[in-house]
Amino acid sequence: MNDTVMPRALTPESFESDQEIRWCPGCGDYAIVKGVRKALAEIGTQPDQVVFVSGIGCASRFPYYMATYGFHTIHGRAPAIASGVKLANPALDVWVVGGDGDMLSIGGNHTMHAIRRNIDLNILLFNNEIYGLTKGQYSPTSRVGTRSPSTPMGSIDYPVNALLYALGAGAHFIARTVDTLQKHVPEVLKRAHAHKGASFVEIIQNCIVYNDGAFDHFTAKDVASERQLLLEHGKPLRFGKKLDKGLRFDPKAMRLEVVQVGEGGVPESELVVHDETNLSLASMLAALEPPTFPIALGVIYCNPAESYDHAFTGQLEAARAKAPKADINALLRKGHTWNIGTQR
Amino acid sequence: MSGSAAHQIDPAERPEIDSVVVRFAGDSGDGIQLTGSRFTETVAIAGNDLETFPDFPAEIRAPVGTTYGVSAFQINFGSRTIMTSGDAPDVLVALNPAALKTNVGDLKPGGLVIVDTGTFIDKNFEKAGYPANPLEDGSLSRFQVFPIDISKQTLEAVKDSGVSKRDGLRAKNFWTLGLIDWMYDRDLAPTIKWIEAKFTKEPEVGKANVSALKAGHAYGETAEMPAGVRGVTIRPAEHAPGLYRTITGADSLAYGLIAGAQLAGLDLFFASYPITPASAVLHTLAGLKGYNVATFQAEDEIAAAAAAIGASYAGALGITSSSGPGMALKTEAIGLAIGVELPLVVLDTQRAGPSTGMPTKTEQSDLYLAVYGRNADAPVVVLSARSPSDAFDTAIEAIRIATKFMTPVILLSDTYIASAAEPWLIPDFGTYRPFPVKFRTEPEGFHPFLRDKDTLARPWVKPGTPGMAHRVGGLEKNFNSGHISYDPINHQRMTDVRKAKIDGVAKDIPAQAVDQGDSKGKVAVVGWGSTYGPISRAVGNLRREGKAVSHIHLRHLWPLPRNLGELLKGFDQVIVPEMNTGQLITMLRNQYLVPAEGLNKVMGRPFTISEIEAAIRSKLG
Repeated sequence: MNDTVMPRALTPESFESDQEIRWCPGCGDYAIVKGVRKALAEIGTQPDQVVFVSGIGCASRFPYYMATYGFHTIHGRAPAIASGVKLANPALDVWVVGGDGDMLSIGGNHTMHAIRRNIDLNILLFNNEIYGLTKGQYSPTSRVGTRSPSTPMGSIDYPVNALLYALGAGAHFIARTVDTLQKHVPEVLKRAHAHKGASFVEIIQNCIVYNDGAFDHFTAKDVASERQLLLEHGKPLRFGKKLDKGLRFDPKAMRLEVVQVGEGGVPESELVVHDETNLSLASMLAALEPPTFPIALGVIYCNPAESYDHAFTGQLEAARAKAPKADINALLRKGHTWNIGTQR
Repeated sequence: MSGSAAHQIDPAERPEIDSVVVRFAGDSGDGIQLTGSRFTETVAIAGNDLETFPDFPAEIRAPVGTTYGVSAFQINFGSRTIMTSGDAPDVLVALNPAALKTNVGDLKPGGLVIVDTGTFIDKNFEKAGYPANPLEDGSLSRFQVFPIDISKQTLEAVKDSGVSKRDGLRAKNFWTLGLIDWMYDRDLAPTIKWIEAKFTKEPEVGKANVSALKAGHAYGETAEMPAGVRGVTIRPAEHAPGLYRTITGADSLAYGLIAGAQLAGLDLFFASYPITPASAVLHTLAGLKGYNVATFQAEDEIAAAAAAIGASYAGALGITSSSGPGMALKTEAIGLAIGVELPLVVLDTQRAGPSTGMPTKTEQSDLYLAVYGRNADAPVVVLSARSPSDAFDTAIEAIRIATKFMTPVILLSDTYIASAAEPWLIPDFGTYRPFPVKFRTEPEGFHPFLRDKDTLARPWVKPGTPGMAHRVGGLEKNFNSGHISYDPINHQRMTDVRKAKIDGVAKDIPAQAVDQGDSKGKVAVVGWGSTYGPISRAVGNLRREGKAVSHIHLRHLWPLPRNLGELLKGFDQVIVPEMNTGQLITMLRNQYLVPAEGLNKVMGRPFTISEIEAAIRSKLG
């Protein structure tokens, strides 16, 4: 409690709350909370300047485990509540946490509008492609054919691609990472934080109880390097254990294609170079799906524009400059008034 | 009751009358609401007391000439105290056959109908559903009919102003206003000034409107009037001395919220989603950002409530506003604010019917929703405004209670209050007692659900306060630490304390006063909300006859005032007029076991004075 006088140097432990974590043993969320604490320590904002807002679901228990301000709210509404927090006090560092059901199903509307407004929130979507806390029903990101208690014959609706959804909503920052990538997660989160405006990060997360192994086809150790494309701005799109594969743009078909690079393949100069500000490229990268393509990880799109909270505050300041006293008596007497009294 | 039919008298001079009810009616594109609001201002400036009732269709531009596209505006004004917008009009201005058809039934027998004969053509009869010209078939024989070709007169008046025929014809509302201004001897100057300010960018349109206004007035002065149609004089009303303005309920609420936030020392964060008839509050506040007001048009009703809660969490005063269907959507979020015990003001401008119902018509049928309508045991404070001017103080009271007790407060208004206008003796804000919020900044001994011994309110901490970081949420909290708890005894205790906190508000609000009459007697008429006007006048009329009737009007609907049960037991009979099928009456019977009887009306319109008077009379025997 003496950190009011002299802010200490921050460590991941500075962000650890006194609450015992109640996720299932082996849940991907443990790795994520570790990564978030590490990122925050490196960002360096004091914990009491940080607010975590969450909805409902396993992921949404997140705020209880952070030694910051936290608000565990109602299903799907976290982006809307966080918008109110940020607009009421833009100095706060506001993070939103939720799962795929929370943010893309019941709260899909709020997610879309927080992104569209470009309000300065760091929105972390933990995507495990399943409803965990309600015991395993298929979710809006579950693949067709998912067998679950509510879809015993397999799900028949097509899943939403979280990042394409965000781009469609007008996102200025989208990124993707994986729970187990302990070095990658904090780097992506630091980038999300640095972006002023809505930053949308999809974190692929394994649900060990209801959807274990759903992402093994690109996260398992033996296939990871062949199925993961780690993006870096200004660098050619290369992947594979020996970085011997790359993505080239086929202008006739207007799509990316996987090519062999180097010996027996194409020269590196033919590969697409990652440009975070290119919306068309971002759409193509966000859509890549294994096994045909590698999954794109890292900052896919970052093209800043004025944030909503900045413009919002600007309007308030301009209006307040015109009425510096906020004089209620003057307000009530504006317009037509008339006196009844001695004159009559 | 209100307004004496003046138009049969025929002396040489303007006869004097004490009040009159005038209704303007026309197509929704005819500018009826504008005419009404301009006339209201003119009447107010002349010092009359007044009450208005705008009545417009839900459709923005329904097909021209149809009955469902008719827009009307009624004003009751006089030299005496005016409590309602008037039971029945003395004068009806009908700018087309559809307006005549939908409104003439309300006119007093012998009342005056002014019609624009320029629109009385076969095509419009058909649209209005008249088999023949109603001016010629004797169907209006109970009334005095004054046919004028207002369309033609208007076109004549504006021919030199350089506007098209179409634009010229649109000035006919001002021609009509000019005629009515003549009839009641009103000054044209304020309207001319308003037109000139409004049309600075289209000076020729402004000029046409001024010409039409003047021509209508001149027509009254010079044209030969049918027998009995005369100008009249209505003297200024006896008002308490002071500075006045007209105010609608929507503006009054907006100003009250700003004032309340300032008394609490908070920034106001108003989040809303467009909905009829509640949007007017958002519009007014959006133009007043200089008064430490932030407005946020959210993506839906739920987000509006959620953003307001987020703002309260961050240390501003979160307010959200809607009408019935939107209130239903906000319910879960209100439950969150109850669970995490954050201040929140929820305005409900009630409208008629379940589902979409009749969006532009008034009703007071959300009382159950406000008091009881949430999952689980989730008590909130509920207040209601009784008139446009009363909305100002009620809004302040809502903020005072919300911040003192860390609770949502639902403030019930209705379509009638929101859109009606009345003169308002402008209060001196300097006389209002501030109630500054004290945020907790002291970490020693803190937990987020530590309670104040008197109010049972928890501390309010602004995120960003050093050393105070904590977590709150919708899960049940441990009474002693604020941490998540599923302990059975603890849940009982938390449920009890949430109830006790809201029940305790009753100790903090004034004892219920009797508005008129004695605190014991034969009949008490108990009302809430916008029935205030008609109940008040009906009870007043009967009391002048010497009847033992009292009027009790509630602002605090939950918790109810602590003395209300005893007060009601002092009367032989209790009558509860409501614009619903009996919601307050159920609460009163439930709370006090009083044999109250209801007087219920759900027609999208306020009670008339005579309806209430007749009901009381029947009880008096």
